[in-house]
Amino acid sequence: MRTQTYILNMGPQHPSTHGVFRIILELDGEVVVKAKAVPGYLHRGIEKLAELRTYPQVIPYTDRMDYLASMLMNWGYVAAVEKLMGIEVPERAEYIRVIVGELSRIASHLVAVGTYSVDIGGFTGFLYCFRDRERVLDLLEMVSGSRMTFSYFRIGGVADDLPPEFFPTLDKFLHDLPSLCDEYDGLITGNEIFQARTKFVGIIPPDVAVNYGLTGPNLRASGVLYDLRKVRPYSVYDRFDFEVPLGKNGDCFDRFAIRIKEIRQSARIIRQAVDGLPEGPIMAKVPRVIKPPKGEAYAEIESSKGVFGCYVVSDGSTQPYRVHFRRPSFINLGYLEKLLEGWKIADVIAILGSLDIVLGEVDC
Amino acid sequence: MGENLFTGIAAWMRTALLDIGTPPLLSEFIVLLVKLLAVIIFVSLNVLWLVYMERKVCAYIQCRIGPNRVGPKGLLQTVADVLKLLGKEIIVPRRVDKIVYLAAPLLVFVPPMMAFAVIPWGNGMAPVEMNIGIFYVLAVASLSTLIFWMGGWSSYNKYSLVGGMRVVAQMVSYELPLVLALLGVVMLAGTLNINDIVNAQRQVWFVFAQPLAFLIYLTAGISEVNRVPFDLVEGESEIIAGPYTEYSGMAYAMYMLAEYANMMVVACMATIMFLGGWLAPFGWTFLPSWFWFFIKVYALIFLFMWIRWTYPRIRVDQLMGFGWKVLVPLSLANIFVTGVGMYVYRAIGW
Amino acid sequence: MAKYDLAPELVDLLKEKFPSLEVLGEGVVAVSKEELLPLMKELKENPSYAFDMLTNLTAVDYPDCFEVVYNLVSLPLNHLLMVKVRVEDKENPAVPSLCSLWGSAIWQEREVYDLMGIDFTGYPGHPTRILLDESFKGHPLRKDFQWEGGRE
Repeated sequence: MRTQTYILNMGPQHPSTHGVFRIILELDGEVVVKAKAVPGYLHRGIEKLAELRTYPQVIPYTDRMDYLASMLMNWGYVAAVEKLMGIEVPERAEYIRVIVGELSRIASHLVAVGTYSVDIGGFTGFLYCFRDRERVLDLLEMVSGSRMTFSYFRIGGVADDLPPEFFPTLDKFLHDLPSLCDEYDGLITGNEIFQARTKFVGIIPPDVAVNYGLTGPNLRASGVLYDLRKVRPYSVYDRFDFEVPLGKNGDCFDRFAIRIKEIRQSARIIRQAVDGLPEGPIMAKVPRVIKPPKGEAYAEIESSKGVFGCYVVSDGSTQPYRVHFRRPSFINLGYLEKLLEGWKIADVIAILGSLDIVLGEVDC
Repeated sequence: MGENLFTGIAAWMRTALLDIGTPPLLSEFIVLLVKLLAVIIFVSLNVLWLVYMERKVCAYIQCRIGPNRVGPKGLLQTVADVLKLLGKEIIVPRRVDKIVYLAAPLLVFVPPMMAFAVIPWGNGMAPVEMNIGIFYVLAVASLSTLIFWMGGWSSYNKYSLVGGMRVVAQMVSYELPLVLALLGVVMLAGTLNINDIVNAQRQVWFVFAQPLAFLIYLTAGISEVNRVPFDLVEGESEIIAGPYTEYSGMAYAMYMLAEYANMMVVACMATIMFLGGWLAPFGWTFLPSWFWFFIKVYALIFLFMWIRWTYPRIRVDQLMGFGWKVLVPLSLANIFVTGVGMYVYRAIGW
Repeated sequence: MAKYDLAPELVDLLKEKFPSLEVLGEGVVAVSKEELLPLMKELKENPSYAFDMLTNLTAVDYPDCFEVVYNLVSLPLNHLLMVKVRVEDKENPAVPSLCSLWGSAIWQEREVYDLMGIDFTGYPGHPTRILLDESFKGHPLRKDFQWEGGRE
């Protein structure tokens, strides 16, 4: 009997590629022989656009990269410009950044957890997560006036102080959050079928993960402790007491479970940041026209998907000469083609979902 | 009063027809036709209601309200959906096998409708009395495999093809434990006649005599109707919609509605075989027998919906492994134990 | 803020081995493209550097040259290094590929090739476009790239 492989084109329009992403699968029955990932359908040339805008004008563009955690994208860019100009951000601003940044991380992880539940076939978990993400968005709306693309960060601080009604709402949310996480654990993580589908599927060994530059929950699921907030604390993260959850096997289940654990840790950080929120200005003394000196800076922060880096080159004018974003989703995807080989179609979805990519960030 | 409502109507019709001088055979035939027509109309309307029920149940499980705009409490939502779908174009892609492609959604309602013909909806309310009823239902129900495969094969789409292949693999392997599970009941009842099986449960429902068979039947039954956690056929996050990928408009709706009709068949069979059919529990005969039948069927359907909106999807190799390595041996063991048990009981003179 | 740049002593050690190495600042070195691959190999495999992750790879188009920028991280030693390579040839820019050392170079080099048009010699096969369409003409991040349309 002669058997033949066939090509299955998954995407760019497919329910589980989390956006416009295409994978060309060569299949033997249901088993993947070869996979080719084709990103780029959402490429908007943000790096090029940034070269024609002034420094503050770039901030709204960063929102559109990882639109699920826009605050963290803002932060990465702003951190690089501040490093370039040598600006000391006031303490209160740093604390506010931590609070909104961690809220953004929670929102992003909630989407990751919820959509992963859909990928595996359980639709209910998705709505539970989105129900609670709504509360985070409400909070961030109070702060910035927007629900998705916040543009809340400014070079040298943040746009506005936290409103007074923010704190009781946040307090209530943080109070509920642990029990909500228990709910997800009960509904999704603890489910036998879910575990059968994800455990020991798509294993990434730690050395390979490091070699391929994977960061964020995907790297930590393989048991590598690399969380910038812990190993190279930026901003005021060295003042907070929190743990970095690590996985053991580096499989889909670990990558998933780690995100729920990180939500719990983020809640801890926010709680401490709110308690320790100092009084003071929210903006550093920054010239009206941002004109960094000739030079360059590369800054990294820990976004919800991994290490988000920003490389800014200045030629002394009001417009950046070159901006490059190190997008964690993009680099995390680099290993996908090898990772998929030998798994079934259903596992392709499980693996891709567990990497938690955002196409806005991949394609930039 | 309700007990003899439907049988009374049938008897009245028969006498009326005989009174106006119709030959007995012809009047018998006309009554049968009316009965079958009634079943078809009932099943079609019931399917609409089941879609609504599914949406409501799933909404409440997911902390939502569900359809609530069209009609009172959103009751007419499915009607509106069907009307909308009727107005949509049925797109026939260029390279599909047209005849098979269009025949599949037409035929998809046939197996469940045929199965409904022998279901006793109440005491003496089976449209067709058949002494090999169980055998007939199983034979007819397994036909739907073919129709899904027709849709998957003719669509000229790889997702449909994968879905179609999954249908065949899944349905064929779950047919076996399904039948073997029912065999235990048939052994106890000693008949293939559906009415006799129901009547054999006057003392004790077979769910208590055959608990393992009941569980196997439910699992295999859920798999037969392609519902979560065994909805690999249409696994939307993997292969879009399996065999239905290329269908649009009413052709697509036919598949979706047939799923509910099939679910109804499975629930009816479970009720008949294990839950005492139309028999009232604890002698509570203040409700008519057909009412009891529906209570049991809807309880089972609710269970299916509950499972669907709680569980994720199993993977194809796990599905096959579970079917062949767990369900088939278990159902065989069940038959063995049942046989030995019957022999022992008979030997001690029970 | 604590400093995580590679210690100056270690940089000096490197300087002895690679004559073309130039120290541009704290934790920033430049190297000729001939010595890039040996330098990176040394940085990755020598346990006193142990740069096991190539975290960022990008390129800048300066008026007189291209500059390819590599950001390295050592997870065990927790230090950073930025390595730059200047490519004077603006017509046919090319640098050695680092795919043999770090897997993360595979996609990032493709991205740089796609948007900046820098070729990577030794890349398995040949770098192909990753974000833009195969039929796209030009490399948009170059300063001399002209596009049609737009707001102007």
